[in-house]
Amino acid sequence: MGEAIVVTSGKGGVGKTTTSANIGTALALQGKKVCLVDTDIGLRNLDVVMGLENRIIYDLVDVVEGRCKIHQALVKDKRFEDLLYLLPAAQTSDKSAVNPEQMKVLMESLKQEYDYIIIDCPAGIEQGYKNAVAGADRAIVVTTPEVSAVRDADRIIGLLEKEENVAPPKLVINRIRSHMMKSGDMLDVDEITTHLSIELIGIVADDDEVIRASNHGEPIALNPNSRASIAYRNIARRILGESVPLQPLDEVDTGVFSKLKKFFGVK
Amino acid sequence: MKKTQNVLIKGTKDGLTLHLDDQCSYEKLKMELNEKLTENQRVNEDHPLISVSVKIGNRFLTDVQQEEIKTIIRQKKNLVVGSIDSNVIAKSDAEQMMRENEIVSVARIIRSGQVLEVPGDLLLIGDVNPGGKVVAGGNIFIMGALKGIAHAGANGNSNAVISASLMMPTQLRINDAISRSPDITGDEEKREMECAYIDHTDQIIIDRLQALMHLRPNLTRLEGGF
Repeated sequence: MGEAIVVTSGKGGVGKTTTSANIGTALALQGKKVCLVDTDIGLRNLDVVMGLENRIIYDLVDVVEGRCKIHQALVKDKRFEDLLYLLPAAQTSDKSAVNPEQMKVLMESLKQEYDYIIIDCPAGIEQGYKNAVAGADRAIVVTTPEVSAVRDADRIIGLLEKEENVAPPKLVINRIRSHMMKSGDMLDVDEITTHLSIELIGIVADDDEVIRASNHGEPIALNPNSRASIAYRNIARRILGESVPLQPLDEVDTGVFSKLKKFFGVK
Repeated sequence: MKKTQNVLIKGTKDGLTLHLDDQCSYEKLKMELNEKLTENQRVNEDHPLISVSVKIGNRFLTDVQQEEIKTIIRQKKNLVVGSIDSNVIAKSDAEQMMRENEIVSVARIIRSGQVLEVPGDLLLIGDVNPGGKVVAGGNIFIMGALKGIAHAGANGNSNAVISASLMMPTQLRINDAISRSPDITGDEEKREMECAYIDHTDQIIIDRLQALMHLRPNLTRLEGGF
């Protein structure tokens, strides 16, 4: 019996889809059987980020309405040997095409076959959010170090705490720019975690590579050399119950000059 | 057959006091009150209005009955009802009174979009985040950071106070008065252990927590001394 984890944020554009794709990929890299579910009906893009857009035959609405079997709608990720699947959202309907009860049933049946189901939640707190949360056992709240995103995260945490079936949500802080945090122009990690007072499960630095990888349909988690990739893999390990220390935020500076500077205590 | 009177009228320096017996039936009381007041009526247009306080002992009067009694008294010239005193109150009123005097403690974080309302005093063990709101009929004590909205004395109590371990509210409201945070937040000095109250000019003032013991001595509910 697997676990369903919803990735949500309240505010749009903070990286829910990217986080879902990468956590899913990282869990599959750990050998877990993972199913990604896009619940952003009408505005799907998890398939694009995963590079699986061209393989979609059926979608979530088809499954819910009984036009196909679940396994017919699931798109297999070729990069993994039978470990990573995607259940795409419909692009032609809207959020009202599905209701929370149907989602619960769907999640129950997926949980029989998969270790982890990662649910990519749409922005907002309306129908789409309610559908996404309905079948979830755990929740990950994604925010960026911006006041508006933190405000919305706070709202969504309040709503999640009311859900009886969902364990206390965990926090991912995305798109961290260490130089802005250092200069105090951005909220820092401690400030955000004290404010939201939920457990931090990962921090991801802002990295151009993430955007490049997403545009190529290759989740960054597949690239072992990127900092963002390591961050996502760490999140996956923490989900599995390992205790992994947080990555230091400072750029890893290995130049001789900077080492010298460090030696002389110059910043 | 004359028995003890059910209506006693006494004059005091503040006006008249009507003692209404609490053993006889309500109908009988009404009749007798009417008679008593009629026979005693001295038509004297020049006299100022006399205030009457009505004491009804252990009798419970509904709102309608109270109104009836008041009407009977008012019909007599230059009498006005000052108060109706009873030794008993309705259970629901008693419960309401209890609730309004109770300190409700809550251990939670009030997040954006959430509203916490209590009839009496509120003791919040946790924060009020921006966008969150706490409303109390009485005082609000927050053992955490107040960053959202707090509304004390919501049912018209200007004596209510708001105190917080970290006072950084978006808005403070006490009764009808509203104050908001300044637009230009200067250097974030720590606003620790502060309280807010309404002063005599109806302005909300923020002060050190310790100021309260002089301003609102009735916050101390400890009986006796130590």
